[in-house]
Amino acid sequence: MLETAVAAALFVGVLAYAVFAGADFGSGFFDLTAGGSRKGAELRTLVDHSIGPVWEANHVWLIYVLVTWWTAFPASFASAMSTLILPLLLALLGIVLRGASFAFRKYAASLAQARLFGAVFATSSVVTPFFLGAVAGAIASGRVPAEGRGDLWSSWLNPTSAFGGVIAVGTCAFLAGCFLCADAARGGHERLAEQLRRRTIAVGLVTGGVVLAALVPLELDAPTLADGLETQAAPLVVASALAGAATLVLLARRRFAVARMTAVVAVAAVVSGWGVGQYPWLLVDEVTIAEAAGAEATLQALLVAVGIAAAVVLPALAYLFRLTQTEAWSRPEH
Amino acid sequence: MPIDVLQSLPDALPPLAGLTAHAADVSEPAGLLPARQQMALSLGWHIVLACFGVAFPAIIFTMHLIGLRRGDADALVLAQRWAKVSAVLFAIGAVSGTVLSFEMGLLWPGLMGTFGDVLGLPFAFEGLAFFLEAIFLGIYLYGWGRMPATQHLLMVVPMAITGVVGTYCVIAVNAWMNVPTGFRVVDGEVTDIEPWAVLFNPAAFWQFLHMWLAAYMVAGFAIAAVYAVGMLRGRRDARHRLGFTVAMAFASASAVVQPFVGHLLGGRLAEWQPAKLAAFELATETEQPAPLRLGGVLVDGEIRYALDIPYLGSLIARNSLDKPVVGLEEFPADVHPPVNITHLSFQLMVGIGTLLALVAVVYWFARWRGRDLTDRRWFLRFMATGGVLAVVAMEAGWIATEVGRQPWIVQDVMRTPEAAGDNPALWWLLGATFVVYTAMTIGAIVVLRSMARRWRAGEADLPSPYAPDPPGSEGTSTTTSGAVR
Repeated sequence: MLETAVAAALFVGVLAYAVFAGADFGSGFFDLTAGGSRKGAELRTLVDHSIGPVWEANHVWLIYVLVTWWTAFPASFASAMSTLILPLLLALLGIVLRGASFAFRKYAASLAQARLFGAVFATSSVVTPFFLGAVAGAIASGRVPAEGRGDLWSSWLNPTSAFGGVIAVGTCAFLAGCFLCADAARGGHERLAEQLRRRTIAVGLVTGGVVLAALVPLELDAPTLADGLETQAAPLVVASALAGAATLVLLARRRFAVARMTAVVAVAAVVSGWGVGQYPWLLVDEVTIAEAAGAEATLQALLVAVGIAAAVVLPALAYLFRLTQTEAWSRPEH
Repeated sequence: MPIDVLQSLPDALPPLAGLTAHAADVSEPAGLLPARQQMALSLGWHIVLACFGVAFPAIIFTMHLIGLRRGDADALVLAQRWAKVSAVLFAIGAVSGTVLSFEMGLLWPGLMGTFGDVLGLPFAFEGLAFFLEAIFLGIYLYGWGRMPATQHLLMVVPMAITGVVGTYCVIAVNAWMNVPTGFRVVDGEVTDIEPWAVLFNPAAFWQFLHMWLAAYMVAGFAIAAVYAVGMLRGRRDARHRLGFTVAMAFASASAVVQPFVGHLLGGRLAEWQPAKLAAFELATETEQPAPLRLGGVLVDGEIRYALDIPYLGSLIARNSLDKPVVGLEEFPADVHPPVNITHLSFQLMVGIGTLLALVAVVYWFARWRGRDLTDRRWFLRFMATGGVLAVVAMEAGWIATEVGRQPWIVQDVMRTPEAAGDNPALWWLLGATFVVYTAMTIGAIVVLRSMARRWRAGEADLPSPYAPDPPGSEGTSTTTSGAVR
């Protein structure tokens, strides 16, 4: 029971990272495809403005996930890190390049410098979620052993990981599109919002298609997960499909503020579907949450830490998010 | 003779055995050396930025407060510029800190797999502190001109507090590695874990204080150095003087207290890590009273080029004129730390720290006597190197304490080879990290220098170069300096 509570707290972190940091990463897709420096200037400035105040806070969810994982389930953390060292290092490289080049671009002196940093920022933003999705696919398809090191390559170069990676890239871009549409409309950039709207709908259609298509190969490649998705997680799969469809309709009708909410629900439901689908496994087919749990005293202490975090961090985070939506913060910055 | 000291040793150590029984003949796994180099590079790089993360908020807060209380426009300009600089530094600090989170598992699976649930709780609280810091950083940076002035200023306070908490938590883990507690090893299994005992372990407090002050020294001397260079180049306006004075105040206060904290911290080594103390002091043989050995290296077991000052070693390390410093001869050869690098790093840290403390005292004493040393070029020249010196002292301190703990990763419990993996490909990681960190360093320097250049040229807003038609088009972007106030 205790370990399930900690696993749930851990997964909340995964969920928050997927949704909020995912939206930050996804903005790289629109940044990358914004066109030349003149044509894309408005959108890139919007991206700066949109993710600037929040990306570091959103990024910390990843730290929370890592720390909670190694504290609560140490052995499985060690084997996952050893097995998935390559996709994790590639994701890490992307995280480092994204954060650094985003900050550098904002204060770059010349257009040439800004182009260089911008290209690094946008590319790493698009690529990083792929590797994190591939890691999720590796765990979900039972390719990370309970102990020791699994195969360095086939653990993450497989159908489930490939779909996991593509879905991660797609959902990040979709979320970012919805957020950026709302920000553009609120900031009075009608033309930009219109342009983003069309592309977000396209991204949503493609991503939704990939998610549905993924269910077929999962049957063969990740039977335990597929089984869970068809039973205990089935409501979440349905909810995701409905929320995704609703988002597309809302985008089509330019109801951006609401579309943002349904998009979050759709993506959160997909990610939760994975978590609920593979329950009670921590590393699918290898070790359950109960088996992987560390010392009981540590789990209890960790829940205390999570409780304090909920009491202290969440209100502050809500305050930050609320500020970014106010009129004063929607003005261009200096 | 030191027999009594040695006999008291086992009491100081946790009651373990088993994990270490076979340790002496553990061969070195392929991942050990690259993992150690990787850790040294990535931690040594991150710690400089972490210092700014810890100390910069309070320094910015002070400047911002001066600006609001005195209605000092220069102070407000400086506070806002420092905030923009901190945005760049915190960004690369955040990502290089993430690298370390990954590396805990990637480089040290043996440590994390075995002790993850022992040492994890402080990291959880550190994550919590970092979360709050990132949130309020976002609010503060983007809140200029968008919030009521006092409310905006107060947004810095949580950052300064979380800097304290975060430092304590990370240092608590390192202190635990030096003085392990909060668990037992029974039949090779780690059991009876008390995570709160790890978080509040007895070694943590003084070590935390030492690092916390070091962070203020690094940030304070580095910022003061920037303005010292400006004054050397003839920019002696009020802004430069103010920037220098505020930074120097923080640097001085921490530098003057630091030697005392360091002394109290070192005083515990004789009990907790006697082999490390022996390496610090270059004590091959037990001497009573022990001399203070300045400089010197160990060549083929012989001490060369050292200057011995009688009694002082006992006095400094043991707070006594006759207590011994236990020599390395009393320990089995397989638990000797690398002596020369430990000793020289330690003395480099102490030497620079003492020098910086003296300079701080001289500066404020002269100021009290009505002399401003910033009128003297020799002083400015020295202060221009102060940031680098503080960084070197801090890095040397970390090298001394980390290398001095070897061969243990967890003192007397787990050897570093047992913690490492067997992945020789980590050499590639080290190479890639070197390239990426070099690029990131160059990027940061280029961007920060260009910001300073544009500020000197009179630009206030630093719009991004791709911003659509900066002046006027959005209506509000030209009113920044008014909005700041």
